[in-house]
Amino acid sequence: MTAQESGKSTHPLNVIVATDCGSTTTKAILIEKVGDEYRQTYRGEAPTTVEAPFEDVTRGVLNAIAEIEELSGRKILDGDKIITPCRDAKTGVDIYISTSSAGGGLQMMVTGVVQNMTGESAQRAALGAGAIVIDVLASNDGRLPHEKIERIRTMRPDMILMSGGTDGGAVTHVVEMAEYISAAEPRPRFGATYKLPLIYAGNKDAQPQVKKILGEKAALVLTDNIRPVLERENLAPARNKIHDLFLEHVMQQAPGYKKLIEMAGAPIMPTPAAVGVIMETIAKREHLNLIGVDIGGATTDVFSVFEGLFNRTVSANLGMSYSISNVLAEAGLANIMRWVPFTIEEQTLRNRIKNKMIRPTTIPQTLDELQIEHAIAREALRLALIHHKSLATALKGIQQERTISDVFEQQQSGKTLIDMLKLDLIVGSGGILSHAPRRVQSMLMMVDAYEPLGVTRLSVDSIFMMPHLGVLSTIDEKAATDVFVRDCMVYLGTCVAPIGQGKDGDRCADYVITFADGRIDKGALAFGDLRLVPLAGDQKASIAIQPVKQVNLGVGAGVSVTREVQGGVVGLLLDGRGRPLQLPTDHAARVAALTKWFNAVGLYPTT
Amino acid sequence: MAHSYTPGLTVTEQIMVRRRRMLSLPGSVLVTVGENVRANQAVARAELPGKVYPLNLANQLGVAPDEIHEYLIKKAGDPVKKDEILAENKPLIKWLKTEVRSPVTGVVESFSTVTGQVLLREPPRVLELLGYVDGRIVEVIPQQGVVVETDCSLVQGIFGIGGETRGEIVIAVTSPDEALTPRHLTADMKGKVVVGGSVVSTDALARAKEVGVAGLVIGGIHDKDLRALLGYDLGVAITGTEQVGFTLILTEGFGSIPMAGKTFTLLSAHAGQPASISGATQIRAGVIRPEIIIPKNAGAAGPHVGAAMRQREGIRIGDQVRIIRDPLFGKIGEVASLPSDLQKIPTESEVRVLEVRFGDGSRAMIPRTNIELIEGA
Repeated sequence: MTAQESGKSTHPLNVIVATDCGSTTTKAILIEKVGDEYRQTYRGEAPTTVEAPFEDVTRGVLNAIAEIEELSGRKILDGDKIITPCRDAKTGVDIYISTSSAGGGLQMMVTGVVQNMTGESAQRAALGAGAIVIDVLASNDGRLPHEKIERIRTMRPDMILMSGGTDGGAVTHVVEMAEYISAAEPRPRFGATYKLPLIYAGNKDAQPQVKKILGEKAALVLTDNIRPVLERENLAPARNKIHDLFLEHVMQQAPGYKKLIEMAGAPIMPTPAAVGVIMETIAKREHLNLIGVDIGGATTDVFSVFEGLFNRTVSANLGMSYSISNVLAEAGLANIMRWVPFTIEEQTLRNRIKNKMIRPTTIPQTLDELQIEHAIAREALRLALIHHKSLATALKGIQQERTISDVFEQQQSGKTLIDMLKLDLIVGSGGILSHAPRRVQSMLMMVDAYEPLGVTRLSVDSIFMMPHLGVLSTIDEKAATDVFVRDCMVYLGTCVAPIGQGKDGDRCADYVITFADGRIDKGALAFGDLRLVPLAGDQKASIAIQPVKQVNLGVGAGVSVTREVQGGVVGLLLDGRGRPLQLPTDHAARVAALTKWFNAVGLYPTT
Repeated sequence: MAHSYTPGLTVTEQIMVRRRRMLSLPGSVLVTVGENVRANQAVARAELPGKVYPLNLANQLGVAPDEIHEYLIKKAGDPVKKDEILAENKPLIKWLKTEVRSPVTGVVESFSTVTGQVLLREPPRVLELLGYVDGRIVEVIPQQGVVVETDCSLVQGIFGIGGETRGEIVIAVTSPDEALTPRHLTADMKGKVVVGGSVVSTDALARAKEVGVAGLVIGGIHDKDLRALLGYDLGVAITGTEQVGFTLILTEGFGSIPMAGKTFTLLSAHAGQPASISGATQIRAGVIRPEIIIPKNAGAAGPHVGAAMRQREGIRIGDQVRIIRDPLFGKIGEVASLPSDLQKIPTESEVRVLEVRFGDGSRAMIPRTNIELIEGA
């Protein structure tokens, strides 16, 4: 077995180069062993080249690595080859690894019998494997049979996951769906001549019929039922098959990926799968509930771990460059404008957003442009979390069970696992959050979008390297952990947000902050106040808060709370703006409120 | 920088371009390597399988799925006409008879004894793939398509809607900063590629549709007018299939922006000549941009095959650039200097910049990511 196959290197890893081929740019980082620990030392980036006119993803990879070469003085490339292993202190790297979401990522279509049962399970399996789900077809999805067939014909997924039926149950509906797929003769997105990979993970009794119907028309793979009984979900086998087929079929067809796979010393991971690994690791290691977000140019991925349950969703058309115009379309102009602290004509704003869409690599040059992008980011983050809440429901993995009555309850109430009061940590990643000129900007964008309740810590990926570390952790856990702790995770601080509303200026809560050095800061937080208390990353403090009688900090209205809080590069944010957060509807009052808040935390430079 | 890639739009008088023409499903190629083709000539053909209509016979006949065979009049593979009987029962009492008739004309694709369904398929539809440009076939990809090469003038736009079409170029305005209004659009522009100036109004778009122009090439459009034209707010810039009556190509962007002088001059020089245009836009890392191709000498591309499109290796002093972000969006100038150090811009980000000199002699520092090369000699 080769190193590539096993994903484990056979020689010591002292110098590692990792890339993430994103939809807009390919980001490369260099990791070197310095003394006993691994550190991220240099970074380079270049436009991704998966599509015309280059149609070879390795071009962008080599360009990004060339930038590292230039900055570090290390010779890594020999023509179009990466020099592995290291030849001497300044030549080569020990391994090259990569993640990819270029070319639109892994796009899947899933089918089930009952939409909110097997349909949803199939969707969760696909999302958990790092896919974008482009449609969920189900026997009861309300579409007529010929509409379903037409839909399958027109979509060009990279892969289809079929589920439906419990083992031993009726086979009719799942066979019917197989017949529709067969009639539609679906074609894959890349490569006109290869068969579309199709995973069947439904009622095992229907396997012979499915094989007969689809065996010739698709690259069919049979695996265990994702819903063997109604009360139990078994996603792992289907997820593993998705990963295998992604590498064996889909990536082999995408332009240049064959070469990329040969260049890499470990299997290429879909970017969201790699970020998911990191998010799960953080939650597990620190025993906490977290929400993670990776906001990119085309998509926004949201991850959550609550009570040990991992969920991931992707909002395929919420992003800050290619999809920026879609954020406007989905959120509406008013929702974006509510975060902009100045007056701008609708036509001007709309034209600017469209111009960003058609020239996605541009950056804001003026402060007002930056503020507009931050306003849009708040809405993209908010919408993506709403999407996540609707899909992150209780059932995941074979250990968890729910009864039929829970299923019906969920269907009616949309009950979600996401409990903002139990949330310990928010982790932000992606260009707009990682590259905000001031870290407090990232913190406030996330606070405004997510409206954390009670006491919540926030952090951000320093320069966007979570995907790289996700794939690295599969081959060298220590190296990934070293870099994650020292160079990747930047703790911003803690947000304290009482729940309730009141008139601006009225008392919301009294607080006493006791710092580690014995210093005490006493004060009253009024409604409409946003206050930043400096508290460095390595410091802790104790905060005792006594809310007024209609205000709650998670343990009951008017009940006082004492919590230990951790600092960060931004500090301790006391948010008296109320929950749910309501901005003044009057334009002038809203601009005044935003200006007051932004100035209170030093959000932007003032002239 | 080792390999600084700067996106740019090509506007050039002379270039050899190759266009890959691919069927969306396997079919047959109708031309051979070396053959000269016309833009409106079919170069490949495929049959798109007809629409499928499922019909549950078991339910309609009130029998178990595995019994349907006993009631079939047609078998798999049989042609069928609309309203022809597919299956019927044979009750003892005649007026209890149930006949299941075909809702479409086509063939019986299959019966299923598991679900009791019959699948009917309409006749296939023939898809013809046109040459798109006047040129020469330089490659045939069996069953899939061809590569056409042409020696031409080329203008790449920044954004477009609508698919491939062709027509004679006609210049409707007198200068690149003049807005295109309804009075510029006359009945004799039907089927032509009309070149406007800085912006097109809603009224002018309506007039263009009324006249029946093949295409509109313009500096800019306001987003609200595009929304009105499409009937929806465009979320993601993947276009080419819109049906608004004509193909629209923007050369500069959204807003009222004078067409780059070089673009206007080039198009003006070719007024009266036929052009192939496409509004298809896909804004990803590699990008598909809309284009206007004006073949030099239809069907007579020389034997020499050069690189279809030169690949730039970076930006140089003296290059002509367009600023593509506010506050100087749309302005055109030339690169005056390329400082290597990072510079702090008003947002407080530290970025690579370059200095641009404008026609009036003024200069400005601009982030390198916020300019676009105007490529092509």
